[in-house]
Amino acid sequence: MTLDAHLEDRIAGWRSYVADHRVISSSDIDEMEDHLREQISDLVSVGLTADEAFLVAVGRMGGLDEVSREFAQEHSDRLWKQLVLTGVGRGEESGTPRRRKELAVVLACALGAGLAVRAGFEWLPETALLRNAAVLVLPFLTLYFAWKREMSVKSSALLALPFVLAAIVLDVFPFEPGGATEIIAAIHAPVALWFVVGAAYVAGQWRSHRRRMDFVRFTGECAVYLALLALGGGVLMGLTAGAFSALGIDIEPFFEQWILPFGPAGALVVAAWLVEAKQQVVENIAPVLTRVFTPVTILMLVALFVAVIASHSVLDVDRGLLILMDLILVLVLGLLLYSISARDPHAAPDVFDLLQVVLIAAALAVDLLMLTAMATRIAEFGFTANKVTALGLNLVLLVNLVWAAWLGISFLRGRTGFAAVERWQMRYLPVYCGWAALAVVAIPPLFRFM
Amino acid sequence: MFIEKDLVAASATPLVLGILAEGESYGYAIIKRVNELSQGRMQWTDGMLYPLLHRLERAGHVSATWRVADNGRRRKHYAITDAGREVLAERAAQWTVVAEALHQVWQSAQLPPAAAPGWS
Repeated sequence: MTLDAHLEDRIAGWRSYVADHRVISSSDIDEMEDHLREQISDLVSVGLTADEAFLVAVGRMGGLDEVSREFAQEHSDRLWKQLVLTGVGRGEESGTPRRRKELAVVLACALGAGLAVRAGFEWLPETALLRNAAVLVLPFLTLYFAWKREMSVKSSALLALPFVLAAIVLDVFPFEPGGATEIIAAIHAPVALWFVVGAAYVAGQWRSHRRRMDFVRFTGECAVYLALLALGGGVLMGLTAGAFSALGIDIEPFFEQWILPFGPAGALVVAAWLVEAKQQVVENIAPVLTRVFTPVTILMLVALFVAVIASHSVLDVDRGLLILMDLILVLVLGLLLYSISARDPHAAPDVFDLLQVVLIAAALAVDLLMLTAMATRIAEFGFTANKVTALGLNLVLLVNLVWAAWLGISFLRGRTGFAAVERWQMRYLPVYCGWAALAVVAIPPLFRFM
Repeated sequence: MFIEKDLVAASATPLVLGILAEGESYGYAIIKRVNELSQGRMQWTDGMLYPLLHRLERAGHVSATWRVADNGRRRKHYAITDAGREVLAERAAQWTVVAEALHQVWQSAQLPPAAAPGWS
């Protein structure tokens, strides 16, 4: 049956009204519009006029606020891009002053982080500064999110606790300067404390898997922004330094005293803020980046695997290579998490999901090779702090990758939804935090701070 | 007949899965089937069906494909998966227990006339 032009207008009007609810995507609206049209034509066939049928059909569809709330619960990934912009913006009038205030808060936090690092430059020996970097910078980022999420003073104070504990552990332990345990602590402290930033980012709702996923997304985007800022900053500084040296002015002391402490610390806070404010810009880059780097990483892993097997007996693999391999595996896992966070959870499995399983398989092959090598080294030379750390990290990654591969295969074969893949990775996140904390707190005393 | 919101929400998942177990279907047809099965006594807010279907899809209980209907419009069809059938069997067992218990208590308890069976 043909529906008259007036009805078409009304349906178009309904469509654009629904489209204002941004959590309902246009393919969802297509689905609902089809429903609406069927309902209308059924009602018309039992004798209602087109107008009446339209009203009844729209009425049965239900209040759009209610429906869109249901959609929002199901599709929180779509909400993510607005969450921050409109976290304030429900009352549009109140939005602008708070956004202006936000800029001030961001600048204050960036300045605070910079000053803290500057103070560290002044009063701490070099290795102590490195080990304390996270304790100096991350509290300011946490503070920003605590303010942004309007957390209560009590829960914000709770967030300060891990930083205090970390500062005590890092500065009371009698590390041997430049020793392995000190480096291990310096590497793992930022990882563990990053999860405290996460607790502030998710406004204390760290039990929710959706919010954890938001934080993973944030981490990935923040890394992208930080890289962009570093690149831009580097070019700018290079040019400035060049111009000044052409003028015969030596600005190196200025660089070392001010730019070096303020630059990276401030850039981190600003990057976090940019992710918050301009998510939509990068959101389109994330899926592209993961699609480019997944195949490239697979090639790299396969090449490494072959090279390691061909060049040496596994027994005398260099220690430096083991550490590098660990780093590569961490990178693979980061890539995996980032692509999971960028993926539309409702899409059916495609070639890219297959690639991802291949990536995991390649990583597993490398990981097993490394474990063999490490077991041999440990059997031959005994335990050292580095080996225990590398072994522990390897085991943590192995457990994750094995189960991720299994879930990935079930997903490809249509046995489970993508939700299972997501849930596993989100449930595993605290393990990283726990392991990093352990590496800071337990490994140095075990090896007498050597 | 007005049915309480929580009850509708609780019964919606097994009902939709059950309807899809009868064969592939799409949104409007599912709503029509619900009306048929309840002789029009169960009225859903139609819009709520879609978030529910998407939730089932994400959980892997149903799979969805876009097809082109006879009238040339795009239509999203849903089919139950093996995992969905398992969930359905589980839910069916749970509901049977609840229904049997309720049935017995209806028999032994004195009901006010308005809620007696057969009145709606």
